[in-house]
Amino acid sequence: MHSSGQTLNGSEIFFECLRREHVEYIFGYPGGSLLKVYETLHDVKDIQHILVRHEQGATHMAEGYARATGKPGVVLVTSGPGATNTVTGIANAYMDSSPMVVFTGQVPSTLIGNDAFQEADIVGITRPITKHNFLVKDVRELAITIRKAFYLATTGRPGPVLVDMPKDILNSSCVFDFPETIEIRGFKPTVKCHINQVEKAAQKIAKAKRPLFYIGGGVISAEASEELRTLAIQHNIPVTMTLQGLGAFPGNHPLSMGMLGMHGTYWANQAVNKCDLLIAVGARFDDRVTGKVDTFAPQAYKIHNDIDPTNVDKNIKVDLPIVGDAKNFLAGLLEVMPPATENRELWLAEINAWREQCPLNYDKEGDALRTEFVIEEVSRQTSGHAVVVTDVGQHQMWTSQFYTFIHPRSIITSGGLGTMGYGLPAAIGAAFGINDRPVVLFCGDGGFMMNVQELVTAVYHKIPIKIFLINNSYLGMVRQWQELFHKEKYSFTDLGDSNPDFVKLAEAFGCKALMADSPDTAREAIKDAFAYNDGPILIDFRVVKKDMVFPMVPAGGSISDMLLARLNPKTMV
Amino acid sequence: MKHIISVLVENKFGSLNRVAAMFSARGFNLESISIGETEDTEISRMTIVTRGEDQIISQVLKQLNRLVDTIKVTDLTRQPHVERELLLMTLKLSKTVQHEIFELITVFKGKVVDIKQKSITIEVIGSPDKINTTIDIFRPYGIKELARSGAVAIHRGE
Repeated sequence: MHSSGQTLNGSEIFFECLRREHVEYIFGYPGGSLLKVYETLHDVKDIQHILVRHEQGATHMAEGYARATGKPGVVLVTSGPGATNTVTGIANAYMDSSPMVVFTGQVPSTLIGNDAFQEADIVGITRPITKHNFLVKDVRELAITIRKAFYLATTGRPGPVLVDMPKDILNSSCVFDFPETIEIRGFKPTVKCHINQVEKAAQKIAKAKRPLFYIGGGVISAEASEELRTLAIQHNIPVTMTLQGLGAFPGNHPLSMGMLGMHGTYWANQAVNKCDLLIAVGARFDDRVTGKVDTFAPQAYKIHNDIDPTNVDKNIKVDLPIVGDAKNFLAGLLEVMPPATENRELWLAEINAWREQCPLNYDKEGDALRTEFVIEEVSRQTSGHAVVVTDVGQHQMWTSQFYTFIHPRSIITSGGLGTMGYGLPAAIGAAFGINDRPVVLFCGDGGFMMNVQELVTAVYHKIPIKIFLINNSYLGMVRQWQELFHKEKYSFTDLGDSNPDFVKLAEAFGCKALMADSPDTAREAIKDAFAYNDGPILIDFRVVKKDMVFPMVPAGGSISDMLLARLNPKTMV
Repeated sequence: MKHIISVLVENKFGSLNRVAAMFSARGFNLESISIGETEDTEISRMTIVTRGEDQIISQVLKQLNRLVDTIKVTDLTRQPHVERELLLMTLKLSKTVQHEIFELITVFKGKVVDIKQKSITIEVIGSPDKINTTIDIFRPYGIKELARSGAVAIHRGE
């Protein structure tokens, strides 16, 4: 470790700054413009570099690590293609507000703009998908820029920040000076909620007959689950969560309504429809949640707390906007809440009636293996204590429905961008950050192939993730929309003839693999998977090909448009 | 409704791009944008003219504030402010209309900045509305070329 005041080159400064930001892992891939950095890295022992096999994998790993731990994920890639390969991962982290710092090599500053070999204007390319980004033009600016990047990524609403570092900057030297405090004139997030607004919210909550918490990922990133739990239980307020909010409130508690929205539970959506007070915390009224905006929570007085003022009144006009940190808001509420004057037993009974009327269900007859069974069985065998990572599609929605999330930071999933190929690298990243809970990946056969190369990374580092491949030989969610809304034209969604043998594929990577095609074999395979911890294990679950996820509120629809089951049973398998 | 927004930004490369890109990415209307250094060389002032309903304008202001390079955002529309735009315009010139053109230049408090045998270039300064009127009035005489600066605006002093 070097100290401030020493003369260091750009690469040495880079690692000194990372040390001071307490970075444990870098997910990276070397290249021409980063040769100096990798030369220095060769002798760095206190920060572990994880070599990925594709830069997109590095970004998802960094995000998986960030979401599992709450610490910023760090990515290091070379210029040009190395940098452009990070675009999807950065956009994903931006949409889901995950803290991440991406370092890209750049061609020497004298060549920038000349279409040099492996040059790409990555700062220009990533401007709309980063919270902020920087091009370092002078080695003396490097330390403060890195400090700013970590500060921006982790303060207020978290997000990805990119730092572009030209090759000559990394080679040149200056006196190292790490600024302990920094000041960014244009960045002053409102953390503390306005007390008058909080008091007004408390009055409304105390008087509400049919209140409902609508909880998003903001509660998890603000570490405010404890406050939420106390508040909901003390005042008997039911809680529904977004995909990213699952686990913020224990899913096994009677007040938990599960997820709301397009594939949310019937009772959560009915509760939204009938509530007289909606308390949105750290959620952003996404179209997958609201459906048709005009008919969303039509009877409710709406309170909206979010750290990002742009989220307020963006999709839906609310009655009481409260900008600030979710923990600050919920803790503030706990302090000023008067005792509830309303008896909410009637409201809870009403919700429970909806729950009994249309519970989450699936066909349990026969020997066919269904995704819901696999997820429920994993939930049962782990008692809801695993860190669950998903890819994107049907299995993702079924995970939200059939895995009982008890703790915050238990679901790691691509919510906003819906990035297929996210799951495998995100699970690996999460496993680097977590070692006291099993890390489980549910992944479709389509998405698995999108970043399958990272199996190498998992095998090499003996990462004991459980890869539960939900193999229905279809791009299932697209197939579902084709069946429901596109005249059953199954255009390019059948992968049956082209999929590889996943067990052989995994074995070729050196990954243990099993196949299961019935409830009994699946149950055993899941047991085997949790018993094996010498590296990753993949189970190829051959599930029913044409199942659909219900309930479903069609895109842009209202609760009254909710589909509860397949209308056309002839397509059942 | 038309809004005129004054934005103080860090005088750094890319600041203008960040603002312009945010407008296009979010589908906001951008009628004009002008930028220049302020009394503090580290800070630039942007003047943005946009149109939209209140809810949209409120989003515009919040999204502008959200940019890290943005220091201060002020919607001047409903506050006392001065708003000016510069118009440079070259007109066809002929003996028959010469007299009328010169009269109109006086009416609009314009200035002749260049004159040739068959053309005349004038400058007019005023509110964007006045500039619009100027262009309408001169159009029948034959506009060969015109350039507008976009509005700049500032609070009226206390």
